[in-house]
Amino acid sequence: MADDGSVGQQTAGPVSADPGLMRQMFTVMHLVRVFEERAAEEYMRGNIGGFLHLAIGEEAAVVGSVFGLRPTDPITSTYREHGQALSRGSDPRAVMAELFGRETGLCGGHGGSMHLMDRERAFYGGYGIVGGSIPLAVGLGFAIAYRGEDDVALVMFGDGATNQGVLTESLNMAKLWNLPVVFFCLNNQYGMGTAVDRASAETELFRRADAFGIPSRRVDGMDVLAVHQAVSDAAHHARTSHDPVMIEAIAYRYRGHSMSDPDKTRPEDEKARWRARDPLVTFERVLLGEGIVSSDDLAAIREANLATIEDAAQFAAASPAVAESALADDVYAHPWNDDPRGSALMPGGGG
Amino acid sequence: MSSDAPATASYREALTQAMREELARDDNVFLMGEDIGLFEGSFKVTRGLLKEFGPRRVVDTPISEAGFVGIGIGAAMSGLRPIIELMTVNFSIVAMDQIVNNAAKIHYMFGGQTAVPIVIRMPGGAGHQLAAQHSHSLEAWFTHIPGLKVACPSTPYDAKALLKTAIRDDDPVVFLESEGLYAKKGPVGGPDDLLPFGQAAVRRQGADCTIVAVSRMVWIALAAAEQLAADGIDCEVIDPRTTRPLDLETIAGSVRRTNHCVAVDEGWPECGLAANIATHVYESCFDWLDAPVERVTAADVPMPYARNLEQAALPSADAVATAVRATLARGA
Ligand SMILES: Cc1ncc(C[n+]2csc(CCOP(=O)(O)OP(=O)(O)O)c2C)c(N)n1
Ligand SMILES: [Mg+2]
Repeated sequence: MADDGSVGQQTAGPVSADPGLMRQMFTVMHLVRVFEERAAEEYMRGNIGGFLHLAIGEEAAVVGSVFGLRPTDPITSTYREHGQALSRGSDPRAVMAELFGRETGLCGGHGGSMHLMDRERAFYGGYGIVGGSIPLAVGLGFAIAYRGEDDVALVMFGDGATNQGVLTESLNMAKLWNLPVVFFCLNNQYGMGTAVDRASAETELFRRADAFGIPSRRVDGMDVLAVHQAVSDAAHHARTSHDPVMIEAIAYRYRGHSMSDPDKTRPEDEKARWRARDPLVTFERVLLGEGIVSSDDLAAIREANLATIEDAAQFAAASPAVAESALADDVYAHPWNDDPRGSALMPGGGG
Repeated sequence: MSSDAPATASYREALTQAMREELARDDNVFLMGEDIGLFEGSFKVTRGLLKEFGPRRVVDTPISEAGFVGIGIGAAMSGLRPIIELMTVNFSIVAMDQIVNNAAKIHYMFGGQTAVPIVIRMPGGAGHQLAAQHSHSLEAWFTHIPGLKVACPSTPYDAKALLKTAIRDDDPVVFLESEGLYAKKGPVGGPDDLLPFGQAAVRRQGADCTIVAVSRMVWIALAAAEQLAADGIDCEVIDPRTTRPLDLETIAGSVRRTNHCVAVDEGWPECGLAANIATHVYESCFDWLDAPVERVTAADVPMPYARNLEQAALPSADAVATAVRATLARGA
């Protein structure tokens, strides 16, 4: 790929996103950006524990892909999934509170940053095992086909995940059974510190789909309109042809792999080049150029988002800790006792 | 459809009946696995089901255990009730990430937003000279995992009734069948006969020593009890039926009467099922025990091929009888 991420098969023809949608996508991209910037601060303050993986720099790919779907189309993602939840409309308060590990969190403090889920919004979760969530989305696609519904399942995974065998298995079965699944590879060019060309013999990752006769293409993941178009097209194809599609979006994360990665091994000039193509800045220019927003509009959007995030952080900070009595809640949908020690015993057992 | 299930069936047929009845009862139930449809299953447990229910409900898969177990989990998250057959327990190891990291964790880590009502069936056990890679008994592995339920039936009645419970349960159930029991015949229940999880069966009543065993080991324990009865030693044989949840109440109630316990396990000794039973018995019955709990397990080696070595590696009725005599001798 060229340095600017431009690639062979670009979107054909002009992008047809309507002005309202473009404005909305910008708003969410900015929301995701400021949410994650604030999350980084809260992590440094010790309010957020565990791993915190930021998608700063990848907002075009994240938001464009989610908006390319219908709201009922199920999605699964990785541990770098704050953006998917926010794009689906999850309450920033509940997302931030989950990162803080509070009772009011999206998953009641059982999940954290890596394991957000918003079932009501068909966001089926963030998963921590690289590649592990890919077949889950195929299963969601299977259920759609089984019931004769016309939703489409989308799975977001990284470039690193393409080297897990379960992707190969999933691509094969999705095609074999004609399942409506969009395999969305967010290629940010690194799996932790390992660049794609040090991990993958074929660096055009979308070509993995060729072996199964699955249509696939690359798209500039720094261009939200291009991603939106590609995923809309892919979802349309999956919905109408009952068949999987694979999209590879080339993007770049600005920060280290997670907050604990000082990001010392990626070349500085490379980082600078990609930052120069910032997806928000680029999109702002398009919106202003096409007269979709004024600079006053942009200022108002930014201000509103900052207020939303400030409110979310304050809400999270003020929320109660998770009650210790919740320790053993939800291990089972149908528990047989309330013993938090390991639930091996029957009620009243153990003498 | 066989609405009139015969009153007697093999363990294999009992499982088939359970699936046939549940497939007929609930359109959300479907089967998926390698060679389960056209080929009717490696052990013929799914015989006739493709013909009866068609390829939408009975899905033949490629040899991709991690993939199709994951697909089953995803389908279950959206409310279907998949019954996934793994050709044998040995191949579950390939799918362990999906079972442990996804099936067992999803309900908990997402704060109860999504249940995973999946059944993952698989036969296991040794005894057919299949050597080191095809002879596993992994009850302990699955029982170790909070979020899973684990059933290991020993009789045709239990096989059917527990499988029906598993299918209707909203949690992921690992359903461990025994290759050595498929041909075993016995009474079976009707369409509405279900067994709750966590309820042990007392297979034989006795006053001198409690033997705890599941699956095929129940029959080994009963054979040992017969041998011992000839010498006037009266054993009680407890079959927990499910190892998670475990009916400790019944086990402890028995040990408090017999004051002796032998735990039998077809798996390995270290951190095994028998070790777990022994720990529970120590914790709940210490003051009642007249002697330490004896364990009878597989030898602590990979399973060898040679017939005589394989037999030496597996728990036998003789070994169980010896263990009972040993614990009784220490307690005397
Ligand atoms: C099976 C597995 N192996 C290793 C890890 C540790 N790990 C977490 S993220 C990651 C890199 C994944 O890279 P990629 O798929 O490109 O996603 P990205 O982090 O770039 O978004 C690794 C190796 C893991 N979580 N799971
Ligand atoms: Mg990556």
